[in-house]
Amino acid sequence: MSRETLEYHWGKHHRGYVDNLNRQIVGTELDGMTLEDIITITYNKGDLLPAFNNAAQVWNHTSFWESMKPGGGGEPSGDLLELIKRDFGSFERFVEEFKLAASTQFGSGWAWLVYKANRLDVGNAVNPRPSEEDKKLVVVKSPNAINPLLWDCYPLLTIDVWEHAYYLDFQNHRPDYISIFMEKLVSWEAVSSRLEMAKAQVANREREEERRKRAEEEEQMPYSEAVKMYLESDGDGDDSEAE
Amino acid sequence: MSRRTLEMHWGEHHRGYVEGLNKQLEKDDILYGHTLDELVKVTYNNGNPLPEFNNAAQVWNHDFFWESMQPGGGDMPRLGLLEQIEKDFGSFTNFKEKFLEAALTLFGSGWVWLVLKRTERCLAVVKTSNAINPIVWDDIPIISLDLWEHAYYLDYKNDKGKYANVFMNHLVSWNAAAARMARAEAFVNLGEPKIPIA
Repeated sequence: MSRETLEYHWGKHHRGYVDNLNRQIVGTELDGMTLEDIITITYNKGDLLPAFNNAAQVWNHTSFWESMKPGGGGEPSGDLLELIKRDFGSFERFVEEFKLAASTQFGSGWAWLVYKANRLDVGNAVNPRPSEEDKKLVVVKSPNAINPLLWDCYPLLTIDVWEHAYYLDFQNHRPDYISIFMEKLVSWEAVSSRLEMAKAQVANREREEERRKRAEEEEQMPYSEAVKMYLESDGDGDDSEAE
Repeated sequence: MSRRTLEMHWGEHHRGYVEGLNKQLEKDDILYGHTLDELVKVTYNNGNPLPEFNNAAQVWNHDFFWESMQPGGGDMPRLGLLEQIEKDFGSFTNFKEKFLEAALTLFGSGWVWLVLKRTERCLAVVKTSNAINPIVWDDIPIISLDLWEHAYYLDYKNDKGKYANVFMNHLVSWNAAAARMARAEAFVNLGEPKIPIA
């Protein structure tokens, strides 16, 4: 990736999104919130509010820069490699799938490797036998500014396939750009550390849910205890009245 | 628009779409028999596009785009087309503003069009995403501007406004637009013609 591309991409495009977003949220209720919250709220379940494009693009570009490093590439290791092998068969198959998603995203967009916890957020759909196998690595692609956070996934690796990301260096040879990205720019350390964060967040969420479920159950108990107390103190009440 | 952009845009992008489409059509006899217009409408499939749609529509869009321009273009339309623009937008300046505004507010890849709407029977500025094209809604395009980043990145980087302005002031071919408008009026009744009395 040439210096010119970086200067433009970061200095004009990314900066533009940040400036515009700041202008849009100053003085509104979105002003103090975290970027992820702004994205979820302005996504408005598909009925995009004006700040969404800017907010999501800021997040996406930050994630993109952090997915890369000079002298990157090679292969991942440790937990990440294990999960990749488990969910894709082999590292090569994963790379193929990722490249395919990135090159077939029509128009502007992004391709991602995400960590999906596969939770269903409805009260009566409980996984009877939850296991570590339910949490998967998946390759997804998204158009324009859309972002896997909206699909309840944790993005681990990002590649920008808007034309501005590769046009100066590769013109319309998007597959070449993707190959170079995978061979020389990907920072597997960053991806691994995001994986650890994602796993921790998922574990946290599960613990929260356990706690909430137990709190709900406890609320129902005093009701039955009150009945018991009434029966037990039946004799006592009579005695005190007699006095 | 620089020579390099033209060479790339036409020689690689447009050609790529044409070759891709040809390869897809080799496998399908029915689709192969269609004209390009029919192909675009059929593969749009009322909003659930078939795989050939992207290629077909982009070939159509780019053909239309090249013919919407001429060296030494720009300036203003005249006579009938100008009257219609003034009727539907108030003034030519207002139309130009609306067109440029659409170009700046389009997010992601897409196109901006001046169309003659069939049911409303008036001109309008529309913007579409990716490969979408007003003929799928049965409207009649008069001019178009390609706002995919590949169309302007080499010349203007991310300055969409400048690109759109140059298009409006130096490239747009009102002759082609007038010809298309004349043909469109054969299909859409725009009201009684005002025949000037001596």
